[in-house]
Amino acid sequence: MAELSATPSVQPGSAGLAPLPASPRLRRAWGPAFEAILIPLGAILLALVLFGLFCKAQGQDPFKVYASIYKASFGSWFAFQNTLMRTAPLMLTALCTALPARLGMIVIGNEGALVMGGIGAVIAGLAVPAWPHHLALGFMALSGIVWGGLWISLSAGLRQYRGVNETISSLLLNYISIAILNHLVNGPMKDPTSLNKPSSFPIAEEIMLGRITFGDFTMRVHWGLAFGLVACVILWFLMQRTTFGFQARFIGANPKAARLGGLPVNRTTLITCFLAGGCAGVAGMVEVAAVHGRANESLAAGFGYAGILVAFVARFHPLAIVPVSLLLGGILASSGILQRAHKLPDSTSLVFQGLVFLVILFSDSLYGRFKIFKP
Amino acid sequence: MTLIPPENLERFTQAPASLDLYRITKKFGDFTAADEISLTVPPGTVHALLGENGAGKSTLVKCVMGFHPATSGEIMVGGHVREIQHPSDARKYGIGMVYQHFTLVPSMTVTENLVLSRPDVPAAVNWKRETARLEEFMATEAPFKVPLHKRASELAAGEKQKTEILKQLYLKSRILILDEPTSVLTPAEATEVLALLRQMTVAGRLSIIIITHKFREVFSFADDVTVLRRGKLAGQGKVKDLDRDSLAAMMMGGTSSAKPVPSAPRATTSTSSRRTALRVKQLSVLGDNGLTAVKDVSFELAEGEVLGIAGVAGNGQRELMEVLGGQRPAATGSLEAHGQPYHGTRRDILAHQFHTLPEEPLRNACAPMLSMAENIALRTFDQPPQARWKWLLNFRAIRKSALPLIEAYSIKTRGPDTPIRDLSGGNVQRAILARELSTLPLKILVVSEPCFGLDFAATDFVHQKITEARDRGVAVLVVSSDLDELLKITDRLLVMSGGQITYETPTATADLAVIGTHMAGHG
Ligand SMILES: Nc1ncnc2c1ncn2[C@@H]1O[C@H](COP(=O)(O)OP(=O)(O)OP(=O)(O)O)[C@@H](O)[C@H]1O
Ligand SMILES: [Mg+2]
Repeated sequence: MAELSATPSVQPGSAGLAPLPASPRLRRAWGPAFEAILIPLGAILLALVLFGLFCKAQGQDPFKVYASIYKASFGSWFAFQNTLMRTAPLMLTALCTALPARLGMIVIGNEGALVMGGIGAVIAGLAVPAWPHHLALGFMALSGIVWGGLWISLSAGLRQYRGVNETISSLLLNYISIAILNHLVNGPMKDPTSLNKPSSFPIAEEIMLGRITFGDFTMRVHWGLAFGLVACVILWFLMQRTTFGFQARFIGANPKAARLGGLPVNRTTLITCFLAGGCAGVAGMVEVAAVHGRANESLAAGFGYAGILVAFVARFHPLAIVPVSLLLGGILASSGILQRAHKLPDSTSLVFQGLVFLVILFSDSLYGRFKIFKP
Repeated sequence: MTLIPPENLERFTQAPASLDLYRITKKFGDFTAADEISLTVPPGTVHALLGENGAGKSTLVKCVMGFHPATSGEIMVGGHVREIQHPSDARKYGIGMVYQHFTLVPSMTVTENLVLSRPDVPAAVNWKRETARLEEFMATEAPFKVPLHKRASELAAGEKQKTEILKQLYLKSRILILDEPTSVLTPAEATEVLALLRQMTVAGRLSIIIITHKFREVFSFADDVTVLRRGKLAGQGKVKDLDRDSLAAMMMGGTSSAKPVPSAPRATTSTSSRRTALRVKQLSVLGDNGLTAVKDVSFELAEGEVLGIAGVAGNGQRELMEVLGGQRPAATGSLEAHGQPYHGTRRDILAHQFHTLPEEPLRNACAPMLSMAENIALRTFDQPPQARWKWLLNFRAIRKSALPLIEAYSIKTRGPDTPIRDLSGGNVQRAILARELSTLPLKILVVSEPCFGLDFAATDFVHQKITEARDRGVAVLVVSSDLDELLKITDRLLVMSGGQITYETPTATADLAVIGTHMAGHG
């Protein structure tokens, strides 16, 4: 039976595509890679069509809407920097879903881990206002990693030792973290001068995370972008090229067989989830140290949830997260223009994200169905 | 042995259609797994499909079942060419399959299993009506009985396989395809199930294609036989015109005949003078259902000894294996390796060179999606040269160390990068055996059903490897439901029944009748 279920039932002609004119050898080498790229691309195209219909129903010309989106995200250097600023936290929060996925877990606690990381960073920043710039930033980042990491490890621990579903627990932890944030900024950490938007005390100006500069050339984009890139590359390397990553992939593929090899299933799971939460925590630290300068409800701006989307579109591949974050960063950057130029409601960008998510989830069922990708 | 009363056979009326395969070819990319195979199954006959591991037997019948459509060729049912693109098509033409492994849902009763397997089962099942219908089927059509309200998990292996067959009859399949159906059964159960089927074919009620590695089953059970070799037709004919040697020659391409490897001389030193490698102390284990599956089991395994555990499958052997392999916690009791407490951590495994190979390797010992090389590296990936500085993977070394094993264990694969789930059943077994047996410093080896699904040449090869390991001083424990195998390779035998060790005997002086009564739980 096991032998059989491994072979998905493929119906010929189920794909209405002409076969690739490649030799079998070429196809064997590249078929899976093509599949992994073309299916998400096709899915995004379908989402674009669906969103176009939505715009049409709202009385807008979809082509004009898309032109505006392009202009507001990639159309100019200014717009592109706007996009990049959103790309940074997306890369980090996406890793929070992508890493545990290698272990066969679906973690969606990105938003919560980001918030906890932000809180941790503020506390660290407030504790050491007079430290040298780099040291203070390092301390804040570390604190963000630990807070975010422990937050997701909590989910992992509940799963490994208590059998609680990690998807549900991490989702619920999101709400708890936001409640903790609200409690802190309305209570013990409240800055009395923040009236209409309760916030924590601000961290010192001197230890804020600066903008990216090359010589005299300064971007509006902060160093968080580099953090995201580096994290994606390091974690790709960790999962793909190290013995730890091998363990994690083996556990993800069959925990029972992993136990047979004496692999530390619980420890690997906890560490991976710690790293995943740590990434989202860094996203929170970046938001605090580079953007807001304090902790308040702006931390929970939805980068965590958008990160789930990025991870799914990237099929949990740490390197694929980079371009996908860029794309989604562009969409987020353009949400303002939709409202201003096209009178579409503010949440339209969410509709678009939701559509992409649904179509991507659906497209997951298509892998292995198209004969042309078969080696 | 139960026999079907003649009147039951009479009631079971619908006759099977003839089945013809005409030049069936199945390609996976540029690899041809089945090459222009033709065969005919007249109504009421048994057709055996033989061939070494990876010959293409499963591939061929999966084409007939519509699991993957053939690349070219035609399938004729009752003389008409039929398109079979999907398992539901096969069902429509009355073709059904029984697998090596059970497909019943363990927690459901036999009734529930049968009713829910129907393709037209409604969203809301009227259980009263369905049960009545099923009882009518049992009373009027079913040639033999199974306990309808027992849970599938409570059935013995033979009963389960009978239920699987009955399920196919209930689904109105008149052409049955059996893929190594007897590997999970004891010889007695196998004989019983095959005899029932034989009776039904003789009465003209059923046609059968059976894949098997056991010549005994071919000769006592089949009318015709087709032998495949590397995807090609190697021979075909009436069983009564053939003998063992000519079949073996066809399978192996004439190069080797079925000469049983003489079992290596047994080590002569008495067990008591050798060092104890593994000690199992008063071990109790809970099964999946929370009930005690292994009760207070104690035994010792010495270096340079092959100890066998005989028993009917389902008497706690699987749970015992899982504890030895670190896949299940013990409820009480403990393990000791070389005199030290053993917990199955990676460090313990390395320190004692203690390898375990459970049954059904694809489910219990492999990461199906990972490549064969990666699966073979499970024991060694964190040791140099596969790991540099304990941390960095060296893929080149991982692939390179798989290559000689592919050679030595003649694993049929397109290369070390093939996902292991694309290998044939027997080749998965070979790959995992290679992983567990090939480490030189190996000290303790525990295997369950080591020759499951292997062809006879590979079986002899594995037995030889086990004997070699023993002669090197490795302590070997073999759990098997195949008593012949145990008698051939072990030095000492334990019998397990009802979760307990009920009998112990040196193999040289073993009395089959006594072992049999203990296996049946009448010790
Ligand atoms: N889905 C697949 N993709 C690629 N190759 C496959 C696939 N399924 C089977 N093969 C290859 O086809 C060959 C025949 O496999 P098959 O399962 O038919 O062997 P078999 O005769 O049933 O052997 P066994 O006795 O070991 O079960 C094998 O070499 C196997 O690796
Ligand atoms: Mg097979």
